[in-house]
Amino acid sequence: MKPAPFNYHVPRSVEEATTLLASLENAKVLAGGQSLVPMMNFRYVIVDHIVDLAKVEGLAGISITNGRMRIGAMTRQRELEFSPEVVRYCPLMREALLHVGHRQTRNRGTIGGSLAHADPAAELPTVCAAHDAVIEIVSRRGTRKIPFHEFNLAFMTTAIEPDEIVTAIELPLWASGHGYSFNEFSRRRGDFAIVGAATLIEIDPDLMVRRASLRLCGVGIGPLRITAAEAALVGKRFDRGTARAAAAAAKAITPISDIHASSDYRRHLAEVLAFRTLRDAAERCGVRI
Amino acid sequence: MGAKQFGARVARLEDPALLTGRGRFVDDVKFPGMLHACFVRSPHAHARIRGIDSSAALGLPGVSAVLTAADLPAPMDTNRMPMLVPNPAIAASLTQHCLARDEICYVGQTVAVILAESRYIAEDAVALVDVDYEVLPAASDCREAEKPDAPRAHATLDNNTASKFRMGYGDVDAAFASAAHVFTEEIWQHRGGGMAMEARAVVANPDSKNDMLTVWSATQTPHICRRMLADLLDRDLESIRVIAPDVGGGFGPKAIFYAEEAVIPAAALKLRRPVKWTEDRREHFLCATQERDQYWNVSIAVDRDGKILGVRGTLLHDTGAFVPWGIIMPYIAAATMPGPYAIPNYALDVRVVLTNKVATTPVRGAGRPQAVFAMERLMDRVARELKLDPAEVRFRNFIQPQQMPYAVGLTFRDGKPLIYDSGDYPKAQAEALRMIDYARFRERKAAARTQGRFIGIGIGNYVEGTGLGPYEGVTVRVLPNGKVAVATGATTQGQGTRTTLTQIVTDRIGCRIEDVVMTVGDTSAISQGVGAFASRQAVNAGSSAMIAGEVVRAQIVKLAAQTLGVPESDIDIEDGIAIARTGNRPSLTFRELARLAQGMPGFSLAPGQAPGLEHTAYFTPPQASYCSGTHLVEVEVDPMTGAVKILSYVVAHDSGNIINPMIVDGQIQGGVAHGIGNALFEWMKYDENAQPLTTTFADYLIPMATDVPTCKIAHIESPTPLNPLGVKGAGEGGTIPAAAAIVAAVEDAVSEFGVHFAETPLMPERIVDALRDAGAYEKLGDIG
Amino acid sequence: MAKRSISLKVNGRLYEQDVEPRLTLVDFLRNELDLTGTHVGCEHGVCGACTVLIDGRSARSCLTFAVQADGCELMTVEGLAPADGELGVLQKAFRDQHGLQCGFCTPGMLMSLTELLRDNPDPSEEEVRDVLTGNLCRCTGYAGAVAAALEAARRLRTQRGA
Repeated sequence: MKPAPFNYHVPRSVEEATTLLASLENAKVLAGGQSLVPMMNFRYVIVDHIVDLAKVEGLAGISITNGRMRIGAMTRQRELEFSPEVVRYCPLMREALLHVGHRQTRNRGTIGGSLAHADPAAELPTVCAAHDAVIEIVSRRGTRKIPFHEFNLAFMTTAIEPDEIVTAIELPLWASGHGYSFNEFSRRRGDFAIVGAATLIEIDPDLMVRRASLRLCGVGIGPLRITAAEAALVGKRFDRGTARAAAAAAKAITPISDIHASSDYRRHLAEVLAFRTLRDAAERCGVRI
Repeated sequence: MGAKQFGARVARLEDPALLTGRGRFVDDVKFPGMLHACFVRSPHAHARIRGIDSSAALGLPGVSAVLTAADLPAPMDTNRMPMLVPNPAIAASLTQHCLARDEICYVGQTVAVILAESRYIAEDAVALVDVDYEVLPAASDCREAEKPDAPRAHATLDNNTASKFRMGYGDVDAAFASAAHVFTEEIWQHRGGGMAMEARAVVANPDSKNDMLTVWSATQTPHICRRMLADLLDRDLESIRVIAPDVGGGFGPKAIFYAEEAVIPAAALKLRRPVKWTEDRREHFLCATQERDQYWNVSIAVDRDGKILGVRGTLLHDTGAFVPWGIIMPYIAAATMPGPYAIPNYALDVRVVLTNKVATTPVRGAGRPQAVFAMERLMDRVARELKLDPAEVRFRNFIQPQQMPYAVGLTFRDGKPLIYDSGDYPKAQAEALRMIDYARFRERKAAARTQGRFIGIGIGNYVEGTGLGPYEGVTVRVLPNGKVAVATGATTQGQGTRTTLTQIVTDRIGCRIEDVVMTVGDTSAISQGVGAFASRQAVNAGSSAMIAGEVVRAQIVKLAAQTLGVPESDIDIEDGIAIARTGNRPSLTFRELARLAQGMPGFSLAPGQAPGLEHTAYFTPPQASYCSGTHLVEVEVDPMTGAVKILSYVVAHDSGNIINPMIVDGQIQGGVAHGIGNALFEWMKYDENAQPLTTTFADYLIPMATDVPTCKIAHIESPTPLNPLGVKGAGEGGTIPAAAAIVAAVEDAVSEFGVHFAETPLMPERIVDALRDAGAYEKLGDIG
Repeated sequence: MAKRSISLKVNGRLYEQDVEPRLTLVDFLRNELDLTGTHVGCEHGVCGACTVLIDGRSARSCLTFAVQADGCELMTVEGLAPADGELGVLQKAFRDQHGLQCGFCTPGMLMSLTELLRDNPDPSEEEVRDVLTGNLCRCTGYAGAVAAALEAARRLRTQRGA
């Protein structure tokens, strides 16, 4: 399983990278390679040019300004996993990362690559969706910022144009002490999620839900927002009944059937995981049901 | 001298090289000027080849040749590959052509081969070969393939029946007619492939000066490979040498002789250059043989106390498109079903059906896991229906140790009457029950339930025929430098053959471990050989090593006595030195003795002396020797997701005397991992056009380190009288009852809902479906 | 497609070569540098037989092109032993605990565990198993490898006087 031949480019700056992409035909960006290279080895992806972003200045790093965490697209998943900022300010991401592949793939895989690859079951896009992240995309034509809900267009297709690269992801952070939980069902450790759920929640001392964000992965073309579940929570008193009602709302989805799971089973898992993440997220901000 | 290495946890001799990256696997073998091969394979499960246009491929720089069937030497251009295990019960004795001539019968079948400067270029060229296929209807599901209007797997055959046979004894109809209770189970069983971490690989190096063809193959059976090549290439056996170097796992599929193993040497001879083919993982999923679906419909008749009166039923077996290893697997399954139980009447009708998939040949367990699963599901059914403890039902039906040797009443696949030679089934089960604290399980289960946890326990018993013939030879020779050379037709794919045989030889002959130099898996080292399968090497090669070692020891003693002028009874051997016990203890080293044994040019040898210190022994077992054991498994089931976690796994294992307990424990633990895969993970899926759907390690799931607990293992050693070592085979016992025990445990975990499982692999989705259909979620009242 | 010059260190030794961009790192190690200890098991990044350390971090060399390793420092299984004919602590532990059978997945496991033991000198069994999920084994059922990793951790801690 050897890849087809390609030319290899190693730009040193964003300008160089975007200039290359503007001029090359049939080119693809290489980030961590953990998703792209298998497809090249299978020859599902055949390209004439690979533009490797590994040496581009300024594309990796984590910084926090004004309640937003800015993560460079080439930040390795490993950096995020061990980052004190992520643990403290974006614990949902930390929890999700432990489900992302294996140590060996997290050492190389990047957050930008995961978003651009847009596997419907991927964890990091789901976390970004739950946070209503904004994706910064750059080309010779300029910079644009796309809210996450406009990012996934179709199965494994994003809003990124062929001459563009993702440079950063900005996540609005939730208030200190917020509840969070990421849970997924996969067959073995590190496997693709059959269904996953990401929940963020803020509950007032009087047990009223002030804020809730629920996303599922593995059930559509990308992370799916369960608006009905959020609506069943916000402004309501958080208890077992509310959580169950919200989880039941998560079942109103039409997931695909494939060789790994039927759509019925995915629907069932969606409800179970929605409930479990609600329960666990609430517990993390001090409310037990 | 008592045995000191036999039975000891000797560190493996194989390890230092493997641990430092100095193993020598086939893909590590390189020659200057070597060409790399890539096969053009059929994308269709059933098709006719109308034409092959390789002109574009040949035009690619770096491509040396493109070969099709017509380019192969006679007779392999037109002849099908030889059948390895013929049987009169096979109606359609079909094997493959090395490169397809006309009809393709499974996805991945070899059509042509590209030879190029690198594998990269060869793959580029494969994409340029234009094959004109006429697609034919494919037989996919074996139940459909049996129907009269089904697409035929082979256009030349009238139907898809490869074989039908009955195995049985006694009068089942009478037994069933008079029984207090009759229970029936419909069982679907699927097993996947061996999935060794190293896929297949072949290197062929032709030496035209000496007219010698050397072939390296990642095979379990180099001697069989050599014989096949002699036939297919029409060469003298002596002009072919096959070497199985370090092989990265076998498990059955590498015992088969494959088309690629013939095409690569043919290409090398034709092009007069060394040629290498390294299979990639995708090819392995398509083309390495595997096991597959079986559908069992079996019934058990018992009296009021749960004692078995009879077992009968049917088995439908999917054999794929060809039968290179005959019908061994379903035959073994049928013969294994009675297991450790006294079954007075038995009949199983077996139907073997052809489909357009890669051939089904034995994978670790070779049909026994399926037989055990069927039998143990019946035993658990009896327990449930008669409200008896599952262990108690089994105790009531065991063949007792004092009944050994016990004639079951069948003929085994070795052609001999199936007679259990030794074993203590009640003892093994009792030991396993004790190890897992079975007596207090109900307590544990109730306590877990109060915490909202669902745990269950399951039992699996098995009897396994091992140590099959015809033979495996060992030559022991003392070299003029004092080392002891050992050569054997046995091979190694990780089971530590080198170490175990060294332990036996050093004990017998009296040398040190470090003085043994062993050649394993090389056909030039010994003239007759068979190879690794059916857990046969410890029995056969081990016994031969013992016999040869003893003969050479006697030669050493005789020569030393003669030379030193003392009686033979006064000679001891220690660490490679023969020492006379008398006087000032004169001694002779092996080095000295070997040189003496060579004789001197022109001089006669002493009367009664034969040249050299060497002997070749070919131990031939009179029949299979039967291992046995009991597995007990405790699992936890998450009823909301169907996830299964194994909490505890115990094995009581009887494979007779043990050469190296560390190696046997490793075989058991590794075998259990295969069993866990079989029970919960491994499913080689095909669609209705017989297209394989699970062709990557992401889609076909083999257990990871978080899926396989460390087993607790107890050894019961019932030595066999059938070979001088008293050993039986240990390679497959870990796998055989695993699925039975695991699925039983899952069923027990959710027993309060009354769900029943009779399938492998048992997937979480199926568990959820069954629970939903049983109203479990309403009963649970909560989705938490 | 045009070859590129790369320069990298493997097990402390500098290599400079011209390679095709599509040449995978594992094929580069095995075929260009004759370091055949790293094995190819799947070429799609699941089995881990190809695991090496790139700048100290475990990585699948079947999912990396040799050109990506330009300027990097690699360690492969051939670089683990302290000297010829000797075994390192982890390797000895594998031998003592029967952590390998056919040996094909073993180099990859050793590299993953080398990283683990360096980063986490006192791992739990769960942590060892978690790291080893990136290395598939079909022979051993993992028990020996897990025991070896824990034993090696213990011996290394003792060596350091921890």
